Amino acid sequence: MSPAALKVPVNANDHTQGPSDAPVTLVEYGDYECPHCARAHPVLKLVLRRLGDRLRFVFRNFPLTELHPHAELAAEAAEAAGTRGKFWEMHDMIYDHQREGLEVEDLAQYAGAIGLDAIAVMQDVAAHTYLPRIREDFMGGVRSGVNGTPTFFINGMRFDGDWTDVDGFVEAISGAAVSV
Amino acid sequence: MTPDIADRPDTASATHRAQVLGVGERAPNFSLHSTPDQRVSLDDFRGQPVVLAFYPADWSPVCGDQMALYNQVLPEFRRLGAELLGISVDGVWCHTAFAGARNLHFPLLADFEPKGAVARAYGAYRDAEGVTERALFVIDGDGVIRWSHLSPIGVNPGADGILEALEAMHQDAGHTAAGAGARS
Repeated sequence: MSPAALKVPVNANDHTQGPSDAPVTLVEYGDYECPHCARAHPVLKLVLRRLGDRLRFVFRNFPLTELHPHAELAAEAAEAAGTRGKFWEMHDMIYDHQREGLEVEDLAQYAGAIGLDAIAVMQDVAAHTYLPRIREDFMGGVRSGVNGTPTFFINGMRFDGDWTDVDGFVEAISGAAVSV
Repeated sequence: MTPDIADRPDTASATHRAQVLGVGERAPNFSLHSTPDQRVSLDDFRGQPVVLAFYPADWSPVCGDQMALYNQVLPEFRRLGAELLGISVDGVWCHTAFAGARNLHFPLLADFEPKGAVARAYGAYRDAEGVTERALFVIDGDGVIRWSHLSPIGVNPGADGILEALEAMHQDAGHTAAGAGARS
């Protein structure tokens, strides 16, 4: 059976890093409370640095709330920061400080630390303003064969290999660029 | 490492795919413990679709593993009228602890004694390792398999195939609702 394919193409609503015409797009479905995603975070930084302008990176929400009760809250905080132009700053803050806590007061502190109005951000979180978007990300992921967190898609095909092997991961990503 | 990964699905399908029960076959009935004092039978679910998810073992080290994913997607399965049953050779106490730790809201059945008998009946047992395959079956309300899938043991198959199968059945049921009673 061929690997699962991304059902929701990368679009204007996505959070992206890197050029839109990059030869490879890497999509991550991630959960802010998942320790594996936190481990993947520095790996992705490295991959982004190694591939530079050849890579576009996209993050989509896949909170497994039954397992991680703070995952959705953290995703809502990242989205609220995103509306204020600081999605990636908040995304990085949350993963870098995951182990210190993802309670409301922690998230407020992270929002403040990147220069946002913490109260306004947390009001959006409390109002669940971005919950529909997060749920949409989740269901799109399920439909695409996301099978846990993190799940990666390289140019739309699910990557079933080992992302902890940075060289192999980079090779798989650049290989996709060649085959385009 | 990339060639290994690419090869794995083919190897698995060549070796095992023919053994797994396929579409149109009758799903063998079973009665297995879900808790120390409760048994669950496939026949209990006559009239509604059942998703059977065979998986190798409780306590997968991967966070957000297959059962955790299905737990999260459970509202979608139920929206489509289906019940989800997980099956492995782990015993009931193991299942109870695992389900509690992962907050699972669906039964885990213990194919424990005789070990793997139900998995064998579905062609989803791995003799070499003594565990069930990672195999999925979607069974209709009449007890007929409508979709099955064998995943390479190391690859979590996700939930997309199950949802597609349930949706197809849901649509069929809409067209043939009148005849459903007569068939069973």
